[in-house]
Amino acid sequence: MITYSFLQEYWWFIISLLGGLLVFLLFVQGGQSMIKSLGKTEDERRLIVYALGRKWEYTFTTLVTFGGAFFASFPLFYSTSFGGAYWVWMLLLFSFVLQAVSYEFQSKPGNVFGTGTYRTFLFLNGLLGPFLIGAAVATFYTGSAFAVSKGNLVGLGGVGPVISQWQNPLHGLEALFDIRNWCLGLAVLFLARTLAALFFVNRLDDESLVSRARKYVLYNGIPFVVFFLTFLIWTLVAKGFAVDPATKAVSLEPLKYLNNFIQMPIVLIFFLLGVVAVLYGVIATVFQTGFKKGIWFAGAGTVITVTMLLLIAGYNNTAYYPSTADLQSSLTIRNSSSSEFTLTAMSIVSILVPFVLAYIIYAWRALEKKRLSVEDLKTDGHAY
Amino acid sequence: MELLNSSLLEWSRAQFAMTAGYHWLFVPLTLGLGIIMSIVESIYVKTGDEKWKKAAKFWQLIFGINFAIGVATGIILEFQFGTNWSNYSWFVGDIFGAPLAIEGIVAFFLEATFISIMFFGWNRVGKKTHLASTWLTVGGATLSAYWILVANAWMQYPAGMAFNPETVRNEMVSFWSVALSPFAVNKFFHTVVSAWGLGAAFVSGVSAWYLIKNRNNDFALKSIKVSAIFGLVSFLLLAITGDGSAYQVAQKQPMKLAAMEGLYKGHEGAGLIAVGMLNPAKKAYDDNVDPYAFKIELPKMLSLMGYRNINAFVPGINDIVAGGYALPDGSIALSFEEKRSRGQKAIEALANFQEAKKAGLDSEAAQYEAVLRENYPYFGYGYLTDAHQLVPNVPLTFYSFHIMVIIGAYFILLFLVLCWYNCKKKIESTRWLQYVALWSIPLAYIAGQLGWVVAEVGRQPWTIQDVLPLQAAVSSLSAGNVIITFTLFALLFTALLIAEITIMVKQIKKGPED
Repeated sequence: MITYSFLQEYWWFIISLLGGLLVFLLFVQGGQSMIKSLGKTEDERRLIVYALGRKWEYTFTTLVTFGGAFFASFPLFYSTSFGGAYWVWMLLLFSFVLQAVSYEFQSKPGNVFGTGTYRTFLFLNGLLGPFLIGAAVATFYTGSAFAVSKGNLVGLGGVGPVISQWQNPLHGLEALFDIRNWCLGLAVLFLARTLAALFFVNRLDDESLVSRARKYVLYNGIPFVVFFLTFLIWTLVAKGFAVDPATKAVSLEPLKYLNNFIQMPIVLIFFLLGVVAVLYGVIATVFQTGFKKGIWFAGAGTVITVTMLLLIAGYNNTAYYPSTADLQSSLTIRNSSSSEFTLTAMSIVSILVPFVLAYIIYAWRALEKKRLSVEDLKTDGHAY
Repeated sequence: MELLNSSLLEWSRAQFAMTAGYHWLFVPLTLGLGIIMSIVESIYVKTGDEKWKKAAKFWQLIFGINFAIGVATGIILEFQFGTNWSNYSWFVGDIFGAPLAIEGIVAFFLEATFISIMFFGWNRVGKKTHLASTWLTVGGATLSAYWILVANAWMQYPAGMAFNPETVRNEMVSFWSVALSPFAVNKFFHTVVSAWGLGAAFVSGVSAWYLIKNRNNDFALKSIKVSAIFGLVSFLLLAITGDGSAYQVAQKQPMKLAAMEGLYKGHEGAGLIAVGMLNPAKKAYDDNVDPYAFKIELPKMLSLMGYRNINAFVPGINDIVAGGYALPDGSIALSFEEKRSRGQKAIEALANFQEAKKAGLDSEAAQYEAVLRENYPYFGYGYLTDAHQLVPNVPLTFYSFHIMVIIGAYFILLFLVLCWYNCKKKIESTRWLQYVALWSIPLAYIAGQLGWVVAEVGRQPWTIQDVLPLQAAVSSLSAGNVIITFTLFALLFTALLIAEITIMVKQIKKGPED
């Protein structure tokens, strides 16, 4: 039977999955952050840009879809977080605006600002994109300072008609005062760089670049693991934001996220499988010189791991967007979702997703029949 | 209330207008040029003539440059509903979010996936697969336009929703009433066809430049052959859908129609102003100053357009404020004060409903809910304090509308002439026509921007017609935050626009040869 609660859980799963796919696709940003350091010659740098340039739109589109799906399924999150943590989201968007023109414009004559500027744009997006997304997602576990009162709209609150009121004048930048947010931000940044290096190992037909990329897998994989484990262990042992299913009251519960894993063993098993897949992809690529499939293991592992991490933020009576200023304002998948009607309509639309995935896979394979080399830059009509 | 000062409101509006205006500089070329390049590539696949292939590749190159900046300016628009119009996002997110999500799932991925095959696939997939990819890219872009216009149309003509006092928001009750609202369908056709018209004007103008320079003549003539017919069809369709828009505006947004015409005192058998100038001395609807400096009217046309009846009564701004006239359904229009009082009743009833619920007084709550439902159609009026707030910027709406229409009529003429000269094979030798086509490119852009000014300025003060005015929709930020983001995006978009134009000009000068 499809109930309202089922639909809310289904949509939290879709959001989590989109989050997982987005983090995997951030390999494009990771790659942008190493154009200059990984590529030593201009040809190598162009090859890196060329390899990423046919993929950046997937990341961009996934981000936009993630936003749209979040809006449609949990609109109170959209209004509270975006209108409140204004600067985090605006900086993120700003960096993606920079990215969107930079591939197409960088080597075209008349681009006014020069190739270097556009590559700096890509570098900025490469750093800010993963870091800000990581830090923003960390607040799902650490909390933000806001209050939600629907009575405001009809003048009951005395603070004007706005329902969601952010309590910190820094409007989101205050998240940077929390070390745990930094840990996840840096973990996602180094993960994106690790995935990028794995992607280059897989896609490029250029010996010196590939051997350098292998080293980059190690150099970035280590800090990724350190920051990720710090965030993970800290979060598992920290207090979490629990919801009483009867009264809907939110309270701080010790070891909440650890308990969520234990109480949802399937989520835990998939999470561990995901982690193992990421580590296998990284370790095998570093230690086996002929191994090129690391990106598929680490990529799939990333999708699964991130999805499961987001599931424990929202499932099992947990507030996924907690407020530290007013615990009872915290957002849960119950109190922030769209109506049953809208979730049903959207669920019918979501049946199209496998079809979308199918043509993405088709297009990906059509373009990636062979590995890319510097030679391709000369023959391809649309090289950047 | 201090937070919600007018400065925040003005800057938030300015930011939305600026970012949307920039976005609309690029989207129409994507949609219009997209169709033209697809037609050109179809001719290549059908004839196997390499010259058509070269033409297709050239227009795709231009398309790519423009597409990138369209994408760049678009992302901010989606997120802006949350960042700057937070209350709006909750109050109608249950309805408004869905088209945005569908746009992502159904349209953006189609566009993003097949554009990569279009650009990188010439040597990697077969001819027909490539052609299909080109069409799917444009199809995806057009589909995305559909869903975002569904969302916009819904703001102007809310349908398929019911207010839920428990959740304090509007909730969707009919998906198809939202997705297939006649307002949305007409808006889609009017907007997309205007984009086609712009694409045709662009291709004709650029091709004319080659003819002026006497180079790439074969390519230019081939391109004009497609764009002239496409442009004529587009602008004729534009006139038909424009008429449809005016009819719908009259039904649901009579204030917008009155502002478009500068009509203060309504009457039966109202004429449509063909050419006119407003009296700059007129400052407010109730100052008794004559609104027009001069005007030439097409008699009875406004009544015919708005109500499909040459003798219908068209209410002016003063009538809408004062009420008391008969509506098409036979009921008598309420005055602003009556609407406002009913809006206040609705707001008060909602407040009482919430407190009664909190106190567990369900039967009292039910009574308040009944009052709320009875007055809900005027909910938004309860936030207004003065009838002057109800009147949009009349000169801006009036001139935007009339200049847009004049430009539209001009293009019908231009494309007729181009088609005629094309038929007679005289375009290559008619220098004046080449110059006219070239210098008409900016006019198409101006008309498109003005169209959006009419649609958006004309509907002020509403974010959702009659239900939510701006001041109840905006986020709780200090104006300083919005001023900084406005400035950042204005500088960035301007810099990128300059880069885009110079890149495009370079590519056009380089030509399809390389």
